[in-house]
Amino acid sequence: MIRIGIDVGGTNTDAVVMDGTTVVAGVKAPTTADVLSGVVAALQDVLRTASLRAEAIDVVMIGTTHFTNAVVQRRDLAPTAAVRLGLPATAALPPMVDWPGDLRDAIGNHAWLAHGGHEFDGRSISPLDEGELRGIAAEIARQGIASVAVSSVFSPVNDECERRAGAILAAALPGAHITLSAEIGRIGLLERENAAIMNACLRDLSRNVVAAFRGALGACGITGRFYLTQNDGTLMDAAFAERFPVLTFASGPTNSMRGAAFLSGVADAIVVDIGGTTSDVGLLHKGFPRQAMTAVEIGGVRTNFRMPDVYSMGLGGGSLVMEEGGGVRVGPRSVGFRLTEAALCFGGETLTATDIAVAAGRIDLGNRARVAHLPAALIDRTRARIALMLENAVERSRLTPDRLPVIVVGGGSILAEQRIGELDVVKPAHFAVANAVGAAIAQVSGEIDRVYSLATMSRDDALADARTRATANAVAAGARPDTIAVVDVEDVPLAYLPGNATRVHVRVVGDLDVG
Amino acid sequence: MDASRRIEADDLEDIAIGGAVLGTGGGGDPYIGKLMAQRAIRRRGAVTLINVEQVPDDALVVPVCMMGAPTVMTEKLPQGEEIVVAFSKLERLLGRRIDAVLCCEAGGLNSTTPFIVAAETGRPLIDGDGMGRAYPELQMVTFTLHGVAATPMVLADDKGNSVVLETIDNKWTERLARSCTIDMGGSALLAFYPMSGGVAKRAVVRGTLGLAAALGRTLRESRAAHADPVAAVAGKLAAQHVFDGRVADVERRTVGGFARGAALFDGLEAARGHRFRIAFQNEFLVIERDGAALATTPDLIILLDRDTGAPVTTESLKFGLRVACIVAPGPAQWRTPAGLDLIGPRYFGYDIDYHPFAPA
Repeated sequence: MIRIGIDVGGTNTDAVVMDGTTVVAGVKAPTTADVLSGVVAALQDVLRTASLRAEAIDVVMIGTTHFTNAVVQRRDLAPTAAVRLGLPATAALPPMVDWPGDLRDAIGNHAWLAHGGHEFDGRSISPLDEGELRGIAAEIARQGIASVAVSSVFSPVNDECERRAGAILAAALPGAHITLSAEIGRIGLLERENAAIMNACLRDLSRNVVAAFRGALGACGITGRFYLTQNDGTLMDAAFAERFPVLTFASGPTNSMRGAAFLSGVADAIVVDIGGTTSDVGLLHKGFPRQAMTAVEIGGVRTNFRMPDVYSMGLGGGSLVMEEGGGVRVGPRSVGFRLTEAALCFGGETLTATDIAVAAGRIDLGNRARVAHLPAALIDRTRARIALMLENAVERSRLTPDRLPVIVVGGGSILAEQRIGELDVVKPAHFAVANAVGAAIAQVSGEIDRVYSLATMSRDDALADARTRATANAVAAGARPDTIAVVDVEDVPLAYLPGNATRVHVRVVGDLDVG
Repeated sequence: MDASRRIEADDLEDIAIGGAVLGTGGGGDPYIGKLMAQRAIRRRGAVTLINVEQVPDDALVVPVCMMGAPTVMTEKLPQGEEIVVAFSKLERLLGRRIDAVLCCEAGGLNSTTPFIVAAETGRPLIDGDGMGRAYPELQMVTFTLHGVAATPMVLADDKGNSVVLETIDNKWTERLARSCTIDMGGSALLAFYPMSGGVAKRAVVRGTLGLAAALGRTLRESRAAHADPVAAVAGKLAAQHVFDGRVADVERRTVGGFARGAALFDGLEAARGHRFRIAFQNEFLVIERDGAALATTPDLIILLDRDTGAPVTTESLKFGLRVACIVAPGPAQWRTPAGLDLIGPRYFGYDIDYHPFAPA
């Protein structure tokens, strides 16, 4: 199978061609304002470098920051109606209660509360009221809103109310996009509802972006299927991505860590992705990034997404090097993408971390004579400073005393030497385009998060049921059933309640079924 | 400390963080309570926080709180009026105006719930509580030590139901109220322990809401200044920094609705080579170093994220998490024979006696 992986980042659009498990070619092109011409340029370049015709490509995987940036920058967001089922409960805190005002205003601040929802033990809070929902639909139609997010109390345990309400709203609002919260999030009503509303307000944009990606592939003559990567390092097909754009949030760090694991062949390691301005450091466990445990905010909105636990610091190839009170300061300021004009070794006037690496003879880049005047003491002190910064960041992500290897990827990888602290450094081939490789090798996942009553079933039965449901979700998302493996199981009793109510979370992954 | 203070909506940010620190691993995430209190204050105006000394001896004081599973409340948000309904019904039952609102539990979610009632009813809130931290059961308040009955008590739910309890003792109140809470959907809001201003002056653990605000502010400011947040929090609590460590194992089980278990930690830095064990029942209750007890309830065993200083709960304990452990002396009222009968290590089933924590 021949596949292309693309990572559309803030600065560069990277593309790789892979034949099976071999990286055939990898290129970088500048990300363009319209995104798509940059994708076309990267695609054409990588096909040329690999000496392949477009028809040879079976499948394309794309990682993009487009939707995250739309929310962060409050642009291209559709007016959205939030409809929550749970009355009389939940009235204390209406939808979007904790959002930044400008984002709430950007999508119109339209929210309705209706009856419905379930208790933690599956009882109904109040019956769904079809007349009430048709009244809300009429009001939504009158206001000309075509994106709707539906949330219901305990819908991860029982999504019946959301599905029925979604059907009623869809019938009354032909052509509207409807997002059900249970399709996206987990327990925690406000966070799950936030994700559903953000998804709904991105639906117009996602239709355009997915159509444009399809157009870019078509322009290059590629006719294979294409997928987008999610924040957990797994794939969704184009039709699914169009319905769930919110799931692309934070896929960049995940792709680079997954790519690092693949390129190095190491599944348990610490990954350091050194770019031009910043370095991202995270822990890789069984080939997947360790997830953050606390609520993650996107554009100022609290969510409970599965996000990788990544530590970012201001160290990159373009970091400014400055002498300061007997010591040396490296970063956080950087020349960024202007490295090849601003750095000393490229004829510029700014001393950067890359110049130090060139002066130390660790890499042959630009004009080495231009950094020959740097004092040996400065070079040594800067290298020691960078080594210490990397060691501190790595130690922060290192969760066991085991001597895990450190995989270093990204364009600024030259800053890392043979060891970071006491840990050995691995620099795989194609390290500069690890994130595009991560996109190319992404798998398909399925997940479940439910509350089980262990008064009526055993813990083993509950876990088995959760595994079955997660597997069904993965297969529905395109995984080959015979490749599915469980990557995460967690069961936490709900505190302060008798009846042994236990929250179970299971995640499985499998290879993409391209047959 | 002498004058009344006005608590505005933004002040709740610090109080919620500080409340989570005083939760000693339990008590629930104050997030939902914080949002509700902020909305009530924005609608009705600031809350007046007073010292218990300002309350006349013959005044009527009533504590309020949420009971049940905090996880349930993050999903089934309250209707909004429950806690005020409970408060107002108890007021009607008692036949006289309640003069001040009281917090029963300054740790966790209930650090914020009394602000909702104070803002909605315009009554002052006393700076203090009945625990000085978080505990899992309803009778585990200093009010019990002073002979205050938990009843008459009113529980209210999201649907408009309310239940009045009259019981023979506070342990029965816990038992019956817990059953009601389940039927009400896993969480309920209540008003209870009516007492006079005179009794409140003897019973209340003083200044704990102000302390929560100070802890939250300290954490926020030390982070902004890139200073050590753990040292800053320890300083505010007169706590000792006991160890830094990584979670090596967590064992959990549920007994009668309470999350019990223990976490093992491998010491880091100065504590390297030592192994620590913290037993918990919703809250952290006993800490051992290399098999020997170091500190127990009622002293406050607090875990903070080693890097950010964020309070760590028993539910978020996960293999590999890097934490700092600090121990602060528990409120003096708990460190008495009667206090230890209610909340000492033996009440929770640990075969050890309480010894005030003494740093090595």
